[in-house]
Amino acid sequence: MTTYVGERRTPRLGGLNPTYLGLEIRRTLRNRRTLFFILIMPAVFFLLFGLPQKGEALGNGEPVTGYIMISLAVYGAMVATTSGGAMVAVERAQGWSRQLRLTPLRPTAYISTKVLSAMTLGLAAVVVEFLVGAVSGVRMPAHVWVLAGLAAWVGSLVFAAFGLFIGYLVPAENVMQFLGPILAVLAMFGGLFVPLEVLPHAFGEIAKWTPVYGIGTIARSPLTGDTVTIAEVANVVAWTLVFGLGAARLFRRDTARV
Amino acid sequence: MEKTSLAELAEPVGAAAVRLTGLTKRFGSVTAVDDLSLSIEPGEVVAFLGPNGAGKTTTVDMMLGLARPDAGSVEIYGEKPSDAVAHGRIAAVMQSGGLLKDLTVAETVRMTASLFGRVRPVEEVLTRAGILGIADRRVGKCSGGQQQRLRFAMALLPDPDLMVLDEPTTGMDVEGRREFWAAIRQDAAHGRTILFATHYLDEADAYADRIVLVRHGKVVADGTAAELKGLAAGRTIRATLPGADPVALAALPGVDQVEVRGDSVLVRASDSDVVARHLLTATGARDLEITSRNLEDAFIALTTDSKENDR
Repeated sequence: MTTYVGERRTPRLGGLNPTYLGLEIRRTLRNRRTLFFILIMPAVFFLLFGLPQKGEALGNGEPVTGYIMISLAVYGAMVATTSGGAMVAVERAQGWSRQLRLTPLRPTAYISTKVLSAMTLGLAAVVVEFLVGAVSGVRMPAHVWVLAGLAAWVGSLVFAAFGLFIGYLVPAENVMQFLGPILAVLAMFGGLFVPLEVLPHAFGEIAKWTPVYGIGTIARSPLTGDTVTIAEVANVVAWTLVFGLGAARLFRRDTARV
Repeated sequence: MEKTSLAELAEPVGAAAVRLTGLTKRFGSVTAVDDLSLSIEPGEVVAFLGPNGAGKTTTVDMMLGLARPDAGSVEIYGEKPSDAVAHGRIAAVMQSGGLLKDLTVAETVRMTASLFGRVRPVEEVLTRAGILGIADRRVGKCSGGQQQRLRFAMALLPDPDLMVLDEPTTGMDVEGRREFWAAIRQDAAHGRTILFATHYLDEADAYADRIVLVRHGKVVADGTAAELKGLAAGRTIRATLPGADPVALAALPGVDQVEVRGDSVLVRASDSDVVARHLLTATGARDLEITSRNLEDAFIALTTDSKENDR
């Protein structure tokens, strides 16, 4: 038998490691469709719908283009983190999850890797959208860039949980094909495409209960100067819990070890 | 004890590579694995042979901790399956699936390697599996045989004491099968315990030291290839013998079965010479006929549903 170097041991942190995370991110970036939906489409939306508003100002004098840019950054981040989380669906469909069970990788380390790679994608979506905005002439105070960007990014954690939840619910390789339209509808209700104020009142009332509303308004608040309400924070927390607990439940069922 | 690494010292003395005790798994009303017991010693190369649906894959799944037995227990080198997997003591090459199409061959191995506590170098396992030349190819563009050798490379990473292969050559062409087995055989020469499930008779015959024949989730025969061939090479002796004494015939060495049909007697035996000599010298038998059965017949006889062949 081959002479061993060192003893048999299980990996540190249950298998969570930078090589695995790095290859995960590289794999996602290789998917042209994913890249298009999370990086290119939101940027194109900005050029199509944001730029024509150049020169217009909000009530407090800040640029309308900034409002649109932040909204679309939230949209890009939510699509990115959803597709990152939903990759578990693809991996279950391809039998990779089963293959991973033949390694020491702990289920929690697997989920952590998925969330980290989803959040990395989400960050990329926000950065790209802000870069396109800045190059196109959006001018806002420095703290607005930082706070709005952070809110859009951190808030997209809701959708990493959403992606995982759906990923464990539907083991299909084409899961993003039906998640795409759902995300667009949610973004609509979250006021990411059209401000809720210009829509019928009833629409706005329903919107307050949908999962994008919270992060949308919170991310724009540094620009609009609106105070963040408890209802908005509660919206984000509640939906994160709903999707997170849902995902955790399905995930436990899926990865029950013998 | 010759080896002195800590892991070796920690290993329970005399632990079998595999110890299955009363293993049972049911799916609804179907009993896929039925009170199966089996012990495999370190260093053995064992074929788990049986027709499709015999319970081979279910047994393998339970050995790997992918399925939970309804009854009975599994021990891999004295450990429970999940611990054996976590310690890299057992590794497996599964039948299909389990690969990400958008990674390259080398990336797949690197990713898998990063999940283990202790691994062989990536280049080494690629070389041993014979796929170093296609390291940069996307998995989705690899042939079935190449994908199977990739699974083999991944299984080599933790340098497992026990390698389990589930129908490893399904869907491969002749050349692919030969190359695959050459790699496995070379590996087994280093003393690794190998268990492979197959429904190809010739594979079991050519590559295993020991063949465990399963049917309906039960072991129906267990022995070296030579022993099974002996069983298989059993012959049927037919003779005309009014008033034959089946008890006396059954007592002859090597006789499996005696059947009296009117004036004829049919004896199934592994040693036809003894029976023929007895019939012709000690009884008044005439019209003696001896027909032989080949390995294929024996396999079919042992693994198909027929009351006559139930053992």
